This record gives sequence, C-alpha cells and structure tokens, in this order.
Amino acid sequence: MAQSTVAPQSLVDELGDAVDAVGAEQRAAVLATRSIKRSSKLWALELAIRCCDLTTLEGADTAGKIRALASKAMRPAPTDPSIPHVAALCIYPSLVKVAAEALRGSGVVVASVATAFPSGQAALTTRLSEIEAAVADGAGEIDIVISRGAFLAGRFDDVYDEIIRAKEACGEAHLKVILETGELGSYGAIRRASLIAMAAGADFIKTSTGKISPASTGPVALVMAESIRDYADMTGRAVGLKVAGGIRSSKDAIRYLVIIHETLGEEWLDPGRFRIGASSLLNDLLMQIDKQRSGVYSDPDRYTLD
Amino acid sequence: MNDRLAVRKTYKLFIGGAFPRSESARSYRVLAHNGDFLANASRASRKDVRDAVTAARAAWPSWSGLTAYNRGQVLYRVAEVMESRRAELIEQVQRAEGDANAGGQVDDAIDTWVWYAGLTDKLAYIAGGLNPVAGPYFNITVPESTGVVGIVAPERPSLAGLVERLAPALCGGNSVVATTSQVHPLVAISAAECFATSDVPPGVVNLLSGHRDELVPVLASHLDVDALDVTGLGEESLADAERAAAGNVKRIVRSQGERSPYEATAFMELKTVWHPMGT
Amino acid sequence: MTWDYAPAPESTAMVSIDNTYGLYIGGDFVDPASGEYVKTINPATEEVLSAIAQADATDVDRAVEAARAAFEPWSTLPAPDRAKYLFRIARVIQERSRELAVLETMNGGKPIRESRDIDVPLAAAHFFYYAGWADKLEYAFAGRRAEPLGVAAQVIPWNFPLLMLAWKIAPALAAGNTVVLKPAETTPLTALAFASVCDQAGIPPGVVNIITGAGETGAMLVRHPDVDKVAFTGSTEVGKDIQRAIAGSAKHLTLELGGKAANIVFADAALDQAVEGIVNGIFFNQGHVCCAGSRLLVQESAFEQVMAKLKRRLGTLRLGDPLDKNTDIGAINSRAQLDKINSLVETGVDEGAELYQASCDLPDRGFWFPPSVFTGVSQSHRIAQEEIFGPVLSVLTFRTPEEAVEKANNTPYGLSAGVWTEKGSLILWMADRLRAGVVWANTFNRFDPASAFGGYKESGFGREGGPQGLSAYLRLTGP
Repeated sequence: MAQSTVAPQSLVDELGDAVDAVGAEQRAAVLATRSIKRSSKLWALELAIRCCDLTTLEGADTAGKIRALASKAMRPAPTDPSIPHVAALCIYPSLVKVAAEALRGSGVVVASVATAFPSGQAALTTRLSEIEAAVADGAGEIDIVISRGAFLAGRFDDVYDEIIRAKEACGEAHLKVILETGELGSYGAIRRASLIAMAAGADFIKTSTGKISPASTGPVALVMAESIRDYADMTGRAVGLKVAGGIRSSKDAIRYLVIIHETLGEEWLDPGRFRIGASSLLNDLLMQIDKQRSGVYSDPDRYTLD
Repeated sequence: MNDRLAVRKTYKLFIGGAFPRSESARSYRVLAHNGDFLANASRASRKDVRDAVTAARAAWPSWSGLTAYNRGQVLYRVAEVMESRRAELIEQVQRAEGDANAGGQVDDAIDTWVWYAGLTDKLAYIAGGLNPVAGPYFNITVPESTGVVGIVAPERPSLAGLVERLAPALCGGNSVVATTSQVHPLVAISAAECFATSDVPPGVVNLLSGHRDELVPVLASHLDVDALDVTGLGEESLADAERAAAGNVKRIVRSQGERSPYEATAFMELKTVWHPMGT
Repeated sequence: MTWDYAPAPESTAMVSIDNTYGLYIGGDFVDPASGEYVKTINPATEEVLSAIAQADATDVDRAVEAARAAFEPWSTLPAPDRAKYLFRIARVIQERSRELAVLETMNGGKPIRESRDIDVPLAAAHFFYYAGWADKLEYAFAGRRAEPLGVAAQVIPWNFPLLMLAWKIAPALAAGNTVVLKPAETTPLTALAFASVCDQAGIPPGVVNIITGAGETGAMLVRHPDVDKVAFTGSTEVGKDIQRAIAGSAKHLTLELGGKAANIVFADAALDQAVEGIVNGIFFNQGHVCCAGSRLLVQESAFEQVMAKLKRRLGTLRLGDPLDKNTDIGAINSRAQLDKINSLVETGVDEGAELYQASCDLPDRGFWFPPSVFTGVSQSHRIAQEEIFGPVLSVLTFRTPEEAVEKANNTPYGLSAGVWTEKGSLILWMADRLRAGVVWANTFNRFDPASAFGGYKESGFGREGGPQGLSAYLRLTGP
C-alpha cells in the first residue's frame, strides 16, 4: 500500500487518544438522566425510526426472511402511513440481491456487512472481493469490521491501510467501519481506532457487530462522538456514528440521541449522520409512538413480527 | 591549675545554621541557680524573629522533601552527637537549673531524639491510609508537614522541655523557630551546637534566646509561620498569642506531655488524593 | 420540529413547609425568647417559604443547657446503642430522600439533580459511616483512649445545608458528644426537617439542638462558656474571628474555610474528561463550593484546544428552574451573594481580563448568574486571588510543572487542587507538591464519608470524613 502512514499517527498526535474511563462513564450517566419534551419525544422516536438500520445477521436468514423484513423496513406500521421508513436493511452479503430487489425505489438502502463479518479473520483479498460482490449486487452501504488482531498487536498502519483498501472497493457505496469496541480493551483504544478509521475515509464509524458483548454502550458512543467532533473540527469532514448491539428499547435509543445532540449538535440528528443498528427496537419505537399519541400503554401483539 | 584565666564562651542565637549575635546587639545576664553569673545571652529582637522565619521557610522545602528514612537518620544523628556531649550538657543543666536529676533530664532529651528518629517512617501508617470510598477511585490520605512551626519552649526543664517539642515537630518534616527558656537559655544554645555539628540542614532549627514578651507576639502574628506550639506559654500570655495566631489561621499545638505519634501529627496536615480507576 | 428538553420539574407535593419554625431545643420546637421571626425564601422565585425563629442569647443558653443535660446520658449510653441511633438517622434520611432533596433545592436554589444525587445520599452515607465508628472508637486511634469532648457548637454554611449538617453532626454524635447546630441564615429548612428526622429516629431530647438566626446567633453560640468544641464551616474572615474569640479558652476548634483552588490541565490530559472536570469544578452548585476549581491553569500548548472545548461545553449547560431535572445551573443562593459575584466580575472586567459568558436566558425573578469564564487573567488580578463563590472561572496558563505548582500554591488558601494528565508519575509529583488538603487527579469535586476533607493554610484546620474527622470530636489520652 502506497498510502502514507503519517496521516493517522499525526491525527492521533494532534487530537490525542487519552480518555479517562470513569469521567466518560460519569458524563454518559448524567446525559442518561436528561428527559426530553413530549412533542420532542415524538419527533425523537420518529427520528430513531428514520435512523434505524433494521438488521438481521443470522445463519438461518433466508430469502423469505429478507423479503419479510424488507417490507417491515419500508412500512414499519402498515396501517399508519405517517410512520417513516427506516434508513437501511442490514444483512449478510449473500442476500443483498434479494434485498435490493425487494427494496427497489423505496428509499431504504441495502446495507451489507462484509470482510468476513463478524471476526474479520480472512485474507485481505477475500475480504475485499466480498465488498466488491456486495456492491455489485446492489448494496449502497458496506459495514466492515476492522482487524482487531492487527489493532491489538499495535499494527495500526495495517488497520488504516485495510480500511483505505475497503473504501476503494466500495466505490460509490458508503463505508461504515465497525470498531468492535468490546474487543478493544479501553476507551483510549476506541478513540484511537475511531481516529484511524476516519483518517482512512470511513463515512460512518460503528460501535459493534452485535455478536459479542459488551456491544454499544453510552460511554462508548460518547467517546466515539467526541472523536467525530474533534475530527470534524480539524478537517471539516463530518463522519457519521452508528451504534449497534443490544439496543432494544426506545429509552435506550433516546439516550443515544441525547448523547449525539449534546456532543455533536443537531446536525447529527439525521440518518445521514446517525444510525442505530437494531431489530426488535423498531417495534418498541412504534409502541412508544402510539403511547405518546394516545396516552395509553400498548400491547406488543399489536405490532408485526417479521 | 586554678590560676588559669577561663575563656568565657559567648552564647549567641542560632539562625540559618549560623550563630549570629542579635541584630539589635543586645544581650542579657544569665545566672546560675545559685545566683552566680554564668554568661551573657543574646537578646533576640523582632528582626531576629523575622530572619529566623526566613531561614526556616527557606530550609523547609528540602527538609520536608527528604525521605522519612533520611529524616530519621538525621534525628538519630542528633542523639549521637548529644550523647557525646552528655557530660557537658548535664553540667550545664545542673548549674543553670540546680536540677538534682540533671542527668535524667539530659538522658530524656537524648532518648526523645531516638524515639522520634524511629517514628518518621511510621507516621503515614498511623495517621493516614487508603480510604475505601464508594466509587471507582483510588483514595489515600497521608500526613504532611505543616511548614514553619513556631515553638515557645517551656522555662524548665530547659533542655528536655525544648527537645520534647522540637523533635516531634521536626519528625514530621517541619522547620522550626523556637524561643528558648528565657531564664536558662544556655543549654539550648549548646544543643544548637549539636544540631550544627550533626546533619540537621541549616535553617531547619532556629533558636532565639531573649525576652518572651518581646518575641512571642512577633512569632505568633508572623504570617509566614504556619503553626504555633503554645506548650511552654503561661496562662497569662496564652490568649494574646492565640489571638495573634488567628491572623493567618495558625494551627495551635499543645503537648500532652508524653512521647507519642500524636505529638508529631499535631504538627502535620493531612492530604487526601483521589484518582479514578478505569481502563 | 427541534430537539428540546422538557421542563421536568420534580414534584413538590411531598414537601410540607410550616408557616413558622421555632427553635429545636431539648427535643421540642420552642418559640424564640425575642418572639422574632425572619422570612426565608426560595432564591429561584423569591417566594417566601416560611418564617424562621431568631435565636438570641437566652435561646443560645437554653440550647447549650439542653445539650449539656443530655451529654451525660448520651455519652454513657452503651456504644452499640449510639451506633444504632445513627444508623436509624441514616435510614430515615434515605426514606425521606426525595422530600429532603426537593426542600434543599427550594430553599437553596441548587439543581435537584445535585440535591437528589449528591447532597442527600452523601448526608445519609455520612451517618451510616460514623454510625459504624460509634462502638469502635477504641480501634480508631492506636494506643489512645477516646472520650467525647462534651457539647459541640456547630455553625454551617448555606451551600450544602443538609450535607454540612451531616458532616458536623454524624461524627460528633458517634463520638458521644451532644450538639447545638446553627444552620445558615438563608437555608434553614433542611436542618429544621432534620429535627423531625431525629424525632423519627427516637434520638433522646437534647442530643441534637438546632437554633436558627443570623451571624450574631452563631457568634454567641461559639463563644458560649459551656461549649467544649467549636466546628465552623464558612468564610475565612469569620473563621479568624472565631479563632480570636475563643483564644485562650479550652475549647477545641476545627475550621473549614474558603478556597481558591487551582485546576491544572496538562496538554497530555484526557481533554474531554478534563473539560467535564473543569465544568464540574466551577459550575457544580453554581460555584458555591469552598473547594471549587475557580482558577483553571492550562498548559500553554493546549490552551486553544481546551478553551474551544470548554466554550462549546458551556453552550450546552442548562440554567434555570432548580427543580427541573434537566437543570445544570440553578439559582444563586441570595441577593447578597449575587451582588458580591457581580461586583467581583466587574472588577475582573475593570482589571482588563476578558469575560466570556454562555448565552442563556436568565429567568425574570430570582437570583441568577450565567456561567462565566475570564481569560487573560494573571495571578495579580483580584479575580485570581479572591474567592468569588459563584459560577466564575479564571483561566491562566503555565508552561512547566514547576510553574503550575508555583502558581497553584501562590495563594493564602489551601483547600483543594485538581491535576489532569495521563502521566502517572507527574500526578504523584504534583500531588506531593500542591499545598492543599484535597488533590483530585483526573477528577474533581468528589466527596466520601470515608475520605478526609479539609484545608491547609487559611483554608482552615482539622478534617471532616474518615477516622480523622472523628478525632476532631474526641479527647485522646494515653493508655
């Protein structure tokens, strides 16, 4: 790879990768106690839907499952046209063709995980060809995993180079870079990985695959959002944040929105800059919207399961 | 043998490791217990107090910065030097105070140095420790020296009384300006010679002989003195000294009249340090 | 549609405030001898909450007498029983925590988030901690016999009314003393609510006495000849008055006074957390904190970065209704304090420092001051020397660790200090050299009953918290 390796290191030098864990956790905890206005809450719940990457990443996924989920993605509440569609359907590469067909013209993007998701443990050429195939099949967004092995071994340049190669392989498709924060060991490492991914051209940085625990947490999102903010201040380029893994309740989703709002500002409260990777969250959002509108607590059986 | 004309010793102040006369060039007559003339002692002035405080302040950072082990060795060295001059000190105490147990007083003074020499590196254990706070923090409290301590030594016993206040103050890393016994100042100045010839850094101990009613108000009100030991003060001047000491919130220290770690910690501050624990 | 936080006011329904409060002496509320009452208000609305008895010399005598009478039975109570009483107090505070938090916020103006999450839980924790010492005094101080001092006169400030009460009363009672406590003139209500906590806990009459009034009441109390121990938290000026007033007496004294803490940020620090620490250091409780990090010392090479982050963060602080759960900055405690802040800030501007204030709307009624930051400050500015006791930060720069220590220590105060760096050895080097009773490294404004708190130099003497805080209420004698 000809790309200079100075860039990510100088970025880390300039912006620093020091994070105090207790301080970050306390800040996230305070933000978690914010309560938002009722009218804002409805807007926030709808925003969460618009920012949703409806996800299925199972060995048991089939074309039928994908088609069902695609219709849920396009019309989360079949009887309520005021409910917006989600941002994307996030799936394995082998099913991209099916999804692209089902979602055509809907505005819902096909997002495909790639690069030997979730471990990333495959040859680079294999991983890159996986990206190319998914894009060719119709994926508009590619969620790759960084090589945690390389990162933890201190081969930051390799991590950086591989993301650059992945970005090239994406062509026009947007690149989301999964840091798998639960495997990085510290908040400082999360900040460093965020900076490296952004320096290498990531359109989004993403917390987790959802396959290991801990996945996304408030402090992790906070640290990544602060990295995005500092990177934007320095370069002028706005990178998006995707949180994923274990986000099931509307309350959780709104807590992330609070973190984004307080750290990055209103410009980031948009599907172009913020995503939530989730599956069961969507029905809870619908249920809470109904509750906000009617004042009555609802019943899960009134929401479709696909 | 008795025809030889004695060489009389001049007793001076002890400031910054040197033995100056009072800047006021005053002295006063010091008598033995039986009324015989012993010597002239320097009668320190306000400015001598000021100079002594300046010397003590200058000496304090490095003295307080020594390791506790090192400070213990210095105090032990004082005991060794005093032991070597034991006979002379006994004679001086005896002549000055008429103390039938002058030997006991000198032994007590020497043993006090030994006792506190062994305490320097136990203070953190006795007065401080790790605090089990309810959160992800490493939290310790440690004793530290207060700074410059003013000591009013009791009139009697003129040697042991001084040493019993000096040793605990020095043990914790303070530097000291002390007024000696007014009536029996000579043995204190001899003790100063012990400090000067042991390893006590210049300025760590400063001794002023003279009239207490002149010196104590200056010492008590001096804003660069952090603590005042009033053990040797009589009831009549206690309130005035304590009032003057309030000007910079001086710590007022009183002895409980025994060797104890708490005599040393009374001259110390406690510092608490917090640090988060996290990855 | 925009993002907006809801007014999320805590309900005041569980708080009932009487129209008037007498003096809590000998287990009963009694009328003051003078018959005089003074109104206490909510500083966020200027609404009158209640009228408070003004204790005079006769009342002080009665309160001290009641405490004296209760001393013998209380101090000779089996120690495990004394412990149980204190545990009961801790529990009643926990059970009534929301009520006490709301009351604290109504009377003092501090955000409910702080009274709910910090003041009240810590107050309960102090009683719980010292309860455990009550029957273990012989283990606290090696080689010492521990005896209570007698009657303790305690005078506390308005910034943490219930918490300061707990810091004072818990160790005093655990050690076997009885107390007469005077809360601050502007914030008496939680102390008076504490009287009912004592009743609920079954504390014997006279063990805790609470008398209200202005500064003169406190002055009479600490001078009372039958008082054995004086504990004061407040300004350095009043602390010196007290020290002078009791000079030559046998009264034991501890003082927790003012501060002008340096919060020192090195360029290698975790800057986002450092900025949180700066914000928490100076804007916690509107800066009405004796250990507030009111002087920010930033390493010159990180100055621009820190200021940019700080100013941005200031923009997200929410000032307003203290009862709102989203509020970060509440009301200034009193008009007098607001006047003082205004006057010192004017001085800062006159002296040529550059003032930055977060743009925020101040409510029409009540006492408010926006979060403010002065840059271009040097040590010789008054705002870098005097305690402002408000949400006003002075920013200075330094180049080397030596310079940071020199500037940090260049004040007659010595209560607290903050250090922010990722370098462990530098933290320990700094902590060793800072002349302050509490050093927060990579954190700020943390408190715990197990952790000694108190000042160097003119920030006072004696410690509160930990076994050290217990010793302030004991006579320790040889075995």
